[in-house]
Amino acid sequence: VTAANAARGRSIVVFAEHVAPDVARVLDLAGYSWKGVTSSDEAAENAPTDGWVGAIIDCRDASEAAWAFARNLRKEDVTIGVMVLIGGGQLGDLDLRDDLFDDFCLMPFHPTEFEARVRHLLWSNTGDTDVRSDVVEYGELMLNLETYQATIAKRPLDLTYMEYELLKFLAQNPGKVFTREILLSRVWGYEYYGGARTVDVHIRRLRAKLGEEYANLIATVRSVGYRFGQSRWG
Amino acid sequence: MLDQHRDYVLRTVEERGVRLVRLWFTDVLGNLKSFAISPAELENALEDGMTFDGSSIDGFSRVQESDVLAVPDPDTFELIPWSEPGAAEARVFCDIQSLDGTPFQGDPRQVLRRHVQAAHEQGLTFYIAPDIEFFYFEQPTKGSQRPKPLDHGSYFDLTTRDAAGDLRKETIRKLEQMSIPVEYSFHEDAPSQQEIDLRHTDALTMADSVMTFRLIVKEVAASQGVHATFMPKPLEGVQGSGMHLHMSLFRGDDNAFFDGDDEHQLSPLAKSFMAGLITHAAEITAITNQTVNSYKRLVPGFEAPVHVSWARNNRSGLIRVPIAKKGNPLATRIEYRSPDPGCNPYLAFSLLLAAGMRGIEQGYELPDEADANLFEMDDASLAKLGIQQLPQSLSDALRVMERSELVYEALGEHIFEWFLRNKRREWRDYKTHVSQFELDRYLGSM
Repeated sequence: VTAANAARGRSIVVFAEHVAPDVARVLDLAGYSWKGVTSSDEAAENAPTDGWVGAIIDCRDASEAAWAFARNLRKEDVTIGVMVLIGGGQLGDLDLRDDLFDDFCLMPFHPTEFEARVRHLLWSNTGDTDVRSDVVEYGELMLNLETYQATIAKRPLDLTYMEYELLKFLAQNPGKVFTREILLSRVWGYEYYGGARTVDVHIRRLRAKLGEEYANLIATVRSVGYRFGQSRWG
Repeated sequence: MLDQHRDYVLRTVEERGVRLVRLWFTDVLGNLKSFAISPAELENALEDGMTFDGSSIDGFSRVQESDVLAVPDPDTFELIPWSEPGAAEARVFCDIQSLDGTPFQGDPRQVLRRHVQAAHEQGLTFYIAPDIEFFYFEQPTKGSQRPKPLDHGSYFDLTTRDAAGDLRKETIRKLEQMSIPVEYSFHEDAPSQQEIDLRHTDALTMADSVMTFRLIVKEVAASQGVHATFMPKPLEGVQGSGMHLHMSLFRGDDNAFFDGDDEHQLSPLAKSFMAGLITHAAEITAITNQTVNSYKRLVPGFEAPVHVSWARNNRSGLIRVPIAKKGNPLATRIEYRSPDPGCNPYLAFSLLLAAGMRGIEQGYELPDEADANLFEMDDASLAKLGIQQLPQSLSDALRVMERSELVYEALGEHIFEWFLRNKRREWRDYKTHVSQFELDRYLGSM
């Protein structure tokens, strides 16, 4: 087992203020090569030549920084397997963040369970069965997440960065209703000070660019917020 | 965050085959300036800015150092919808910095940034929606100086084979392609006069949008052999072109101008802001109305304001408080009616915000509403109500501005001094010009 795990492409990055002794012990015993980091920069500096194959992100302390780390990882490399470690009270934090992780483990964990989850994460991620799609499609709309390009009915959409990010988030979560506040925090980030009106302004711009025929892809849900595509209730 | 914006821009340039990136900025008089770089230079430009010689840009000259840096703002990166097929072009607005990386004092965009930032520090976001009027004329031919309207339509007219209507439609399409949504567009009162109303957005984005708007209107018109102009009063005897500004301040998601308990639904903050505008209106008029011609619009009888007053539904006053549709708190706003579309939007928005914020900080009292028709009142009655007039000429406006500590602080010494110098020269040139009016009137009879 140890020999196999030490082969190339088995390096894991662990994001944590302090790597929990249990986590370190399981990874060491299973023979993984891993490195604890506290920032995206540190992860990039220490990456092996063939890149990290998995990431374990401890969200219990400094959870905002941890989610920001996850988001950065996804931007850099959509294929990396990501597991988040959370406390029981944090399950709600997983809502609407499905794009940011592949698996999660509740803390405190059972060491055998954790090891099994890590093994499965890396298996599904290095096996050729996994081709994570970097294309989001909905009807005539297509977004290529790798090249940042969007098309509607094969016509390229010329979007500003924030328009693109907003459309991407909506198209990745079709049928769900989002409040302005959620859109603001998920697309703009918490540090933005413009208020939820910014969301309305960008929705209008997006509709104008989608053109009359497709403007209704983004529906206004009265006194709640916005929904992309059909409601899942039909 | 910034890194991702940069990546997005670079990747888009690559994917869309952009051949030329135009770096846009604005001089002190509000003219759009541009220079182009190749995509290969873009990464470097985003990182470090591009050096250029600013000495020949209006208001950029300095005694010691003429080089400045144009630093692209990646949020404003857009493909230009009228570029040649197969040779895509993009534009990006720039902030101008001195070579040491500090904001350049002569850059109007940096001035507005500073004011918007100051409001943010108080938790406030400044929103603006402008109604912009302009004229279409036949392309001027040599020898004929008089502008020729395309039609003699009037307010809201829908004429058959309306050339202007087609131009408007194409203009709106291009505006929306460049992230500038339009609320209304229609034929205005005067022959060949148009109005396009933009949807509200934050002041800095809106100033950029106004710059883009003026270019697109002219560009679309020129492509059909038509001349579009934002000159405030191109035709005598009909109304001129204004740029009414609908303004509000938001605190997070709440409209800080709204108060459901007030009879006008205006909060104390809104009233102090209005009082600030009214107190300092005369001082900022040289910036909101910056040409000799601007003051030929600000006369009685043509729906332009002449008096410094406010009212809910009186279009003769400087500030109107429109009734919000269905009492919607988010739509509560004030409309400031004197600016014309020939102003520098960055500086005009800066001064409006500075004057309003001064009113808030010092707790100015809002004078009573003036709901009578002020044009029908004589000077004595106006004086009794304490209602002042806006400056009557560029010269008047400059004189008031020169004494204004508010305008001096808000613009900074560099722009303040340069603007006064430049505009005094304009006034001197105008004053020494012998006009057709004088020749017609005096040459024969005297």
